[in-house]
Amino acid sequence: MTDRGTRRNRTRSLRSGGTVFRHVLMISMAIAAIYPVYYMVATSLKSKQTWTADQFGPPLPPTLENYAAVMADGRIPIWFLNSVLVTGASVIAATAISTLAAFAIARLRFRGQTFLLRLMVALMVIPPAVLILPLFLGLQPLGLTNSYVGVVLIYSGMLVPISVYLLASFFRTLPVELFEAARIDGATTMRILRSIVLPLSAPGFVTLVVVNALWVWNELLIALVFLQDDQRRTLMAGLTLFKGHYTVNEPLIMAGTFIAALPMLLLFLFGQRFFVRGLVAGAVK
Amino acid sequence: MSSTAIVSTTSASARRRRPDLTPYLLVAPAVALIVLIYGYPIVRIFIDSFLSPTKTGAKTVGVANYGFAVNDPVFWKSAGNNVFLLAGVPLMTVLALLFAVVLFDQIRGWRVYRTLVFTPYIMAVPVIGATFVYLYGFNGIVNTLLRDIGLGGVAQDWLGNPTLVMPSILSVVIYRELGFGVMLFLARMASIRLELYEAAEIDGAGWWARLRYVTIPQLRSVIGFFVVIELITMLSWVFAYVYSMTGGGPGFASSVLELYIWKNAFAYRAIGIASAVAVLLLVATSVLIVVQLLVRGGESETGEE
Repeated sequence: MTDRGTRRNRTRSLRSGGTVFRHVLMISMAIAAIYPVYYMVATSLKSKQTWTADQFGPPLPPTLENYAAVMADGRIPIWFLNSVLVTGASVIAATAISTLAAFAIARLRFRGQTFLLRLMVALMVIPPAVLILPLFLGLQPLGLTNSYVGVVLIYSGMLVPISVYLLASFFRTLPVELFEAARIDGATTMRILRSIVLPLSAPGFVTLVVVNALWVWNELLIALVFLQDDQRRTLMAGLTLFKGHYTVNEPLIMAGTFIAALPMLLLFLFGQRFFVRGLVAGAVK
Repeated sequence: MSSTAIVSTTSASARRRRPDLTPYLLVAPAVALIVLIYGYPIVRIFIDSFLSPTKTGAKTVGVANYGFAVNDPVFWKSAGNNVFLLAGVPLMTVLALLFAVVLFDQIRGWRVYRTLVFTPYIMAVPVIGATFVYLYGFNGIVNTLLRDIGLGGVAQDWLGNPTLVMPSILSVVIYRELGFGVMLFLARMASIRLELYEAAEIDGAGWWARLRYVTIPQLRSVIGFFVVIELITMLSWVFAYVYSMTGGGPGFASSVLELYIWKNAFAYRAIGIASAVAVLLLVATSVLIVVQLLVRGGESETGEE
């Protein structure tokens, strides 16, 4: 983000009156935004007795017994690994396929390239709910329901539009002189992609991978429909099942829920700018 | 490929005669995947929406599946709930704008606020749903606070009350999506040219006038983008919220079109009806997609960033 412009603006903001109001507003917003996360963590660190005695207080003494119970239950670790597998495979497949297409759209000339880019923008918002039934009916005879391959195919397909769109915008920002120079030196198209585009686009790829991983990790509907076998569920689909199973044991459920939220929270903590850049890139170029 | 000048000239002239296939080969895998994941299903829901399965195979039933849906009160309840959520978009947009404007003035600690308001957006909907089930529960924090301030009479099961369940769900959607809007608006505001503010100040514009005549007009296209994206979300991307908090209940009080499709498809095995409603949802979403393309098209024509 360009912080430069806003920082200069600071001197221009009116310091009068509203300052207290603004802080009150932002502090209430911040508490509201973060409270559910706090509640999740605090509850997960309480024993059932502590929780029954005081639902909202701090977790004193804190205990890891709920996390131990989650591990002993054994399903959440499996679902966690499934989510890692499905997310990793889908993001890698989508990135590879989209890189080739985005390079062609952004840097080569061929019939239909404008149409293709517009199509990507339109497809980005087609809801999964419209696609799941025919995909299920179509993949079932091929043995691709309840299979990692099937679900990775769907996820990577659904990531292609946003990935092509973001990568194409990114590739277009690379200086055109580099391409001309490479052409004059006799480099082939694939050579240009490998030696110029890929090395210069690392920040673009990190951004894309982060945003795509976020989407797949958090996705629920497709995971529910296409991985119904208990051993193959993803964490998000499993979580809803887990919740139904232990309804009354809130600290235990909050422990499972926090495990599901943790990877993305950590990724966000260390790579905030990539999240922001990626999620904003679609709108503000 | 050889790098001698002669060879590359001949290959260049050869290329001129025969069109270079490289771009087509590069886009082929992406196009194939899109045909499979988007093309095939979209064609198939149209076909299936006119069919009904029988023992001897599917037979054409005309618009009977659509007829069933429009005569089903649950369908209308679900569609009505989507419309209710759509009506929440202006509120969410104004809130996001308000927070963005306040943060843009760089009050002390604005970076921390910015991170905090964005945090819900990176959390998964099922995670947020699982947490809010407790926060909105009968002994949840909302009711506890109400009782603490002497409003115990208002306390209730927010997700279990048929009239309040949709407003409660909407509040959770806004809770999560708000940060996205704030972030979008802040990013665009950072690129507004300073001269515009300087000129406004020379003309004696105060805080409000600068907001009204500089900031908001400059944000017009990004506000348009956010509104369209959120309309699409409210119409056809809220399944996870509803599923993880209420499952559509109590009764069908919080059902939405996606849930209606999902139940017909996988619980009732009513393929024709699910396909018919999927077609309707796709048509409704497409209207918004066209609007989105226009918004984006307009943006690129206006030129600067």
